[in-house]
Amino acid sequence: MKETVGTTGLILNEPLLWEKGKKGRIGFSLPRQDVPPASPDPSLMGEGPDFPDLSEVDVIRHYTRLSQWNFSVDSGMYPLGSCTMKYNPKTNENQANLRGFADAHPLLPPELSQGTLKMMSELEELLAEITGMDSVSLQPAAGAHGELTGMLVFYAYHKSKGSRRSKILIPDTAHGTNPASATLCGFKSVPVKSNDQGILSAETVAELMDEDTAGIMVTNPNTLGLFEENIKKIAEIVHGKDGLIYCDGANMNALMGIVNMGDIGVDVLHLNLHKTFSTPHGGGGPGAGPVCVKKHLEPFLPVPRVMEKNGKYILSEDFPQSVGKLHGFYGNFGVLIKAYSYILSMGADLKKVSQLAVLNANYIKEKLKGVLYLPYDRPCMHECVFSDKNQAAQKVTTLDMAKRLMDYGFHPPTIYFPLVVHGAIMVEPTETESKENLDLFIETFKTIAEEAKTNPDQLHEAPTSPKVRRLDETTAARHPCLMG
Amino acid sequence: MKEINELNFPDGLRYTDDHEWAKSDGDKVKIGITDYAQDQLGDIVFVELPELGETFAKGEEFGTVESVKAVSEIYMPVSGEVVSINEELADAPEQVNEDPYGRGWMIEIISDDSAEMDSLKSKADYLGMLRGL
Repeated sequence: MKETVGTTGLILNEPLLWEKGKKGRIGFSLPRQDVPPASPDPSLMGEGPDFPDLSEVDVIRHYTRLSQWNFSVDSGMYPLGSCTMKYNPKTNENQANLRGFADAHPLLPPELSQGTLKMMSELEELLAEITGMDSVSLQPAAGAHGELTGMLVFYAYHKSKGSRRSKILIPDTAHGTNPASATLCGFKSVPVKSNDQGILSAETVAELMDEDTAGIMVTNPNTLGLFEENIKKIAEIVHGKDGLIYCDGANMNALMGIVNMGDIGVDVLHLNLHKTFSTPHGGGGPGAGPVCVKKHLEPFLPVPRVMEKNGKYILSEDFPQSVGKLHGFYGNFGVLIKAYSYILSMGADLKKVSQLAVLNANYIKEKLKGVLYLPYDRPCMHECVFSDKNQAAQKVTTLDMAKRLMDYGFHPPTIYFPLVVHGAIMVEPTETESKENLDLFIETFKTIAEEAKTNPDQLHEAPTSPKVRRLDETTAARHPCLMG
Repeated sequence: MKEINELNFPDGLRYTDDHEWAKSDGDKVKIGITDYAQDQLGDIVFVELPELGETFAKGEEFGTVESVKAVSEIYMPVSGEVVSINEELADAPEQVNEDPYGRGWMIEIISDDSAEMDSLKSKADYLGMLRGL
């Protein structure tokens, strides 16, 4: 029997653990005591934590049930634009679980950590090769942390030339975290409007770029999923005033093996290993946001840095112009191993990853344009942005359609971002999905658009199948309840 | 979201391209966002307003409005010094949705240049702009 899309089956209710516990239940037995008992200093003692008493089966069922309410990239298509929710191959987990890595203590001296340091050094080299940049720091723990590092490098660069600049140019199609990262470093962000093609024009940048502007933060491809075609010209303009080019590499999944970031004028680039290099993120795990720079910015990278000296790896702090240490120990190390594993397993096929990611997005764009309004009708990169304009007459919004997708078993795309498109629906299928899955998604969206015409109330009520229906986001934001 | 003819735009106010309103009262000007703006933003959950005594130029950002959908900047319709802010919005941002021209007002300023009010849109011009969007 051919199974239809959507959700059916058994969803089990589950109370909070505190409502489930019963005094005296236990799920753990302490090992036999082999030291004499001692009483701690009473001044160090306080009230114990409010934990329920639970047996092992209580805990296992609780979390298994909660996990069944959930949706992950392991359960279905997750086209969350700009988040690159690609499948995370399980071999990466196996490598990260190797005892030599998993049991390595972060305080071990370098001479006893040669394997981990070698892995880091090789990962840096691989990332430099993939991006066309010269040097890499693996330290930043996430994308926005990479941006912050990049902005600190901008500041340090200008300081080294005896200047202090106050502004940063940020296009309206850049990632939302960019202005925050710049502001945190004391720069004032100056918005740059994209043109009617959805990309930056060199003239607009030329009008705004001056000697008090430290540089520009470009997301390329931008959040409309479009390649910034004028980037080389823009780089010349910015470099002409001794500014720097920062590229937010969150969308690197479109460009691996195709665009050499160094050649198009980028000075600093961050990567999201948890996006492009397939390590679990969102609810699935922490991120890593390595920063890649051109040679002239290498002295400013965070310390300590992994260096090779006479065939031995060391951690060196000897970089007087460095922006300093930005993370305890050395970044999210487990994520680094998974990304390293992914790069080595894919090899030269990383280029094909980007080609397929772009092909998949264009396929969806062509098949759904007309059904959904497509504000920028031109070839896209790894994601495409529609809007709810065609459904406005039926008073069906982006939110209604996104919620309805859940009834059909898809994770909704990113909505209401980027802000330059009113009612945006940002779809990023990634290379993971087969043509069959893409067709299913396309047919589902067509069905939803049809429902918008024939039965709009069904969309206003959506979702009806998942465990929880529409959450009251307004009350959650106005009166958050943060206690169990 | 509502149709434009379902929205309310009082006479006697002036409007900006960025959907703020301004109401003159002697040398003071009261400022907020329009019914169209609150309707587009959806449920507002947080309003960030300036400090008393801060001065802003016409068109300068003086605060932000956060809804469940997005965060938007709010801009000065005319230049001046902030002499009063609507403190109730800290605990009750929904007043902007419920009564954008009344209990949802945001700041009051002493205007630097009364002629600036004349450069803002009338109700008819603002409605014309909305219909063209």
